[in-house]
Amino acid sequence: MSEIIKTENLQYAYPTEDGQLSVPVLKGVNLSIRRGEFVAVLGHNGSGKSTLAGCFNAIRLPTGGVCYVDMMDTRDENNTYEVRKTVSMVFQNPDNQLVATVVEEDVAFALENMGVPPAEIRKRVDDALRAVGMYEYRAQAPHRLSGGQKQRIAIAGVIAMMPRCVVLDEPTAMLDPQGRREVMNVVRELNRKFGITVILITHHMDEAVQAQRVVVMHKGNVLMDGAPREIFTQVDKLRAASLTVPQTIEVLYDLDQQDGEKLPIDALSIEECADILEQEYLN
Amino acid sequence: MLKDITLGQFFPGNSAVHRLDPRVKIVLTVAFIVLLFLAQGPVSYALIIAFLAVVIGISRISPKMVLRGLKPILFIVIFTAVLNLFYTPGTYIFQWHFLHISVEGIKLAIFMVLRLMLLIIATSMLTYTTSPIQLTDGLERLLSPLKKLHAPVHELSMMMSIALRFIPTLIEETEKIISAQKARGADFDSGNLIQRAKAMIPILVPLFISAFRRADELATAMECRLYRGDVGRTRMRQLKIARVDVCALLWVAVLFAVVIILKHFGL
Repeated sequence: MSEIIKTENLQYAYPTEDGQLSVPVLKGVNLSIRRGEFVAVLGHNGSGKSTLAGCFNAIRLPTGGVCYVDMMDTRDENNTYEVRKTVSMVFQNPDNQLVATVVEEDVAFALENMGVPPAEIRKRVDDALRAVGMYEYRAQAPHRLSGGQKQRIAIAGVIAMMPRCVVLDEPTAMLDPQGRREVMNVVRELNRKFGITVILITHHMDEAVQAQRVVVMHKGNVLMDGAPREIFTQVDKLRAASLTVPQTIEVLYDLDQQDGEKLPIDALSIEECADILEQEYLN
Repeated sequence: MLKDITLGQFFPGNSAVHRLDPRVKIVLTVAFIVLLFLAQGPVSYALIIAFLAVVIGISRISPKMVLRGLKPILFIVIFTAVLNLFYTPGTYIFQWHFLHISVEGIKLAIFMVLRLMLLIIATSMLTYTTSPIQLTDGLERLLSPLKKLHAPVHELSMMMSIALRFIPTLIEETEKIISAQKARGADFDSGNLIQRAKAMIPILVPLFISAFRRADELATAMECRLYRGDVGRTRMRQLKIARVDVCALLWVAVLFAVVIILKHFGL
């Protein structure tokens, strides 16, 4: 079994005040995520991408269909603890997910809850803090750190838990460019160095480009699913879903449309883009 | 302006007093308070004052700061002194209308004032040398036997530490809201007391709404991090009784014994 998360016709509707279910946010999502993958989930506001993330962690239980995490049905309450041990989550607002008044205590929080022996907690906390480059800050109070640093602490808390899968729900949305870079470096390491399956919910195209696979959500359904190069070259389809494309592709695509020159538009990095432009216009 | 508030007035340091186990410090402070009420003669008081002075010396906290802690209770101290001075019956040495001062009155007034001042100094030494997180930690562990009686000791200390964690965050938020409301033309500084109190509403409402939203998000985040209350929980930081703790306990025990002996001789 190579799938860590599998959804079958997954539906979710938020309950309204009178106990009824409102318009569904997820309308039958079929998705399977394999072990070790780095998947970016893209989508416009209200596309259901955050709700989907909540289903992977049993914070939200499907109102229709099933979500399996490592073969466990998330609807079964007996599974909740194991599901959350397998899939851990990092949220958008760094301030609202740090519990303790000292950095290292916060990283230790989940391990203390799991009942890990103190000596092992100490070791895992130190390793996790080193992995995110925050070891020197271990005795600091979280409120003295920058947004990017706080988010790295939150990720260290997750690394220390050693889950098999991490879901990050727009972890960079509240950060400045510097903080975003720091966090994205750590996210890539999570996948490459630790072999953890990473699901990154985002609306930044340049972050999605770094993933191995991109899933585009639109109005509660999966609109596209494939490698970044396949997805981002479908510029018209993405724009129809009110999404932008990475700037490198946008430049090439617009030139392509204007001049009618047949440019290859699949440049995902600035270097690739520069090479294509150089070949076309300088030579 | 709000940032200047220091909670619990903790002065970080690395002295022997700072390094004491928080449990030991709490127990010793309580013992010291009991001692204050046991002591009656001048010799005992001299001993207690000397002991406290040594503790302050070891902690390297400036005596000025320690005395500043007495300011808020200055009124109560003077009030107690005056009451005891004028209303204690005994051999009068001064009388004028309904006012009379007795020898016993003078003695009692001095002792009461000393007792109050020493009480405040001792307890503020505890908060000066112990960080709030260590204090809650120490309290939780000291009170943990009460868990058997189903007292929510863990929950209370968790709440305290979350409150401590969020105070700076909420202060920062309050400052932002004040600036935002000022930018919209809100006036917080003029008018009488009632008008000023009313002007606080546009600060408090957004602050409360945001605090509730934060609480909700934090609760979700804690659940994701496998928090289930006190069930099967371990702690990373273990408190250990070190030599310095044993020394401190011994010294206070000796002081206790000496004061009790002195009490028998009426000193």
